[in-house]
Amino acid sequence: MALKQSRTTRVAIALLGWGSAFVMFFPILWMTIAAFKSEIDAIATPPKLFFTPTLENFAAVNQRANYPLFAMNSVIEALGATVLAILIAVPAAYAAAFFPNKRTKDLLLWMLSTKMLPAVGVLVPMYLIFRDLSLLDTRLGLIILFTLSNLPIVVWMLYSFFKDVPHEILEAARMDGAKVGDQIRYLLLPLTLPGIASTALLSVILCWNEAFWSLNLTTSKAAPLTQLIASFSSPEGLFWAKLSAASLLAIAPILVFGWLTQRQLVRGLTFGAVK
Amino acid sequence: MTNATIATPRRARGGRAVRTGPLLAPAVTLLLLWMIVPLAMTLWFSLQRYNLLNPMVTGFAGLRNYELLFTTSAIWISIWNTLVLVGSVLIVTIVFGVFFAVLFDQPFFGRDVARLLVIAPFFVMPTVSALIWKNLLMHPVNGLFAWIAKSLGFPAVDWFTNLPMTSIVIIVAWQWIPFATLILLTAMQSLDREQMEAARMDGAKGPAMLWHIVLPHLMRPISVVVMIECIFLLAVFAEIQVTTSGGPGTQTSTLTYFIYIKALLRWDVGGASAAGVVAIVLANIVAAFLIRTVARNLDK
Repeated sequence: MALKQSRTTRVAIALLGWGSAFVMFFPILWMTIAAFKSEIDAIATPPKLFFTPTLENFAAVNQRANYPLFAMNSVIEALGATVLAILIAVPAAYAAAFFPNKRTKDLLLWMLSTKMLPAVGVLVPMYLIFRDLSLLDTRLGLIILFTLSNLPIVVWMLYSFFKDVPHEILEAARMDGAKVGDQIRYLLLPLTLPGIASTALLSVILCWNEAFWSLNLTTSKAAPLTQLIASFSSPEGLFWAKLSAASLLAIAPILVFGWLTQRQLVRGLTFGAVK
Repeated sequence: MTNATIATPRRARGGRAVRTGPLLAPAVTLLLLWMIVPLAMTLWFSLQRYNLLNPMVTGFAGLRNYELLFTTSAIWISIWNTLVLVGSVLIVTIVFGVFFAVLFDQPFFGRDVARLLVIAPFFVMPTVSALIWKNLLMHPVNGLFAWIAKSLGFPAVDWFTNLPMTSIVIIVAWQWIPFATLILLTAMQSLDREQMEAARMDGAKGPAMLWHIVLPHLMRPISVVVMIECIFLLAVFAEIQVTTSGGPGTQTSTLTYFIYIKALLRWDVGGASAAGVVAIVLANIVAAFLIRTVARNLDK
């Protein structure tokens, strides 16, 4: 800001800024520190700030719970659902952005309204459908659910990115006889790659952190990291250092992901309504 | 270029040659199925006697499930808890979101790093944040807060026993403040600086500027924040499951959690479905209001 500020004001702002940052980040920081403590140090009162760091918790988590399986499930389910949602959403968003008619806006709003359908309201039917189709505790089952629950948001985000592409470019291609598929593949996708990337990233983040369906519809084989962490909330949850190590392993990938993409995320998160 | 610009409207109309039906069909069909099939099943079950633990009890129940539901106080408590949770978290996140947006809009040393730290909680999965807060921070014996309280000479607070709803609001708000901050901060960057400069020249002080220039500018992004948070906050589940399991008593049992207990712990499908219908109705009341706000935003 170009406004003139006194030196004291500037120092105060810097202190306030860093103070807020510290407070907001503190739980994550505290957890990270605990992950490298021994169990005894982790529950010590007064809290220990100086201790000998250890990696034993990470080894223990791995031994107890087959961490790679949970991580793999998270990756496969998040990526699977994201790819599927984007494949389904791209044609729809293309149609809505380039060939809007009177009903387009209603259609988009209706899609968004399905996101308002409380998952818990349909938990029982979904559980029974999954049971009858043998989808309980399968990766495919979660991929389908994640795809459907993110689809409205993915369509909206892609729509807002596509809308910014000048119509003339696609029209010119159409004049030259390019089919819809070709226009999408050779023009639209390359032009909106950053937008598609941020849509994909947000979808991955939402799937990665989703807890309701994964806690209720998976038990062991297809359980993602949310499930692994929840298993530490049992009476054995007193193993704080191990819990922290497992948590760190679960959030680190997605946290770094989020940090790297935060600027693009904003645009996606608001469907382009805030610039 | 001139030609193209002039020709655009005509060609766009001619462009109807592209059939949009097949392009929209997959998304629309899937969402339609996703909406209607479970919804219809929920409605149907809600009219049945249906308990997975007792297969002998079957048949049409009429509105009995609803009657039972509304004559117990549990449903009202959970609706109230839901509204309290969503309302409090919305207020807290917006107040802090505006504050952080204004703060992190100012230049200071290392601002970009500080920003990253502030938004970090948004990327933490709900189960993890619930467990960190429950065990490492709010634990009445070994938690950090207990130690701080004791060192200052106060008795330790047993958060989840004595202030269960407050604790959950704190945890959920901590997760969503970064989201509000992220959106509002972006909006701040499009604020008209010259207008602020002019206002300052005229002698406007901080609070007046905030009230007359910054807040009006943030109204639209705030409505977006409210809408998106509502979608997710009505469904808050993991934080409750991991920390209080709805208790003590029914103090933190939201509608979501209430149905979960009925359905998957007591296997009372009929009763749970009736409560599910209530949840859907409640969400739709909220949605009807919110959707209108979005629609207005679209007409920019």
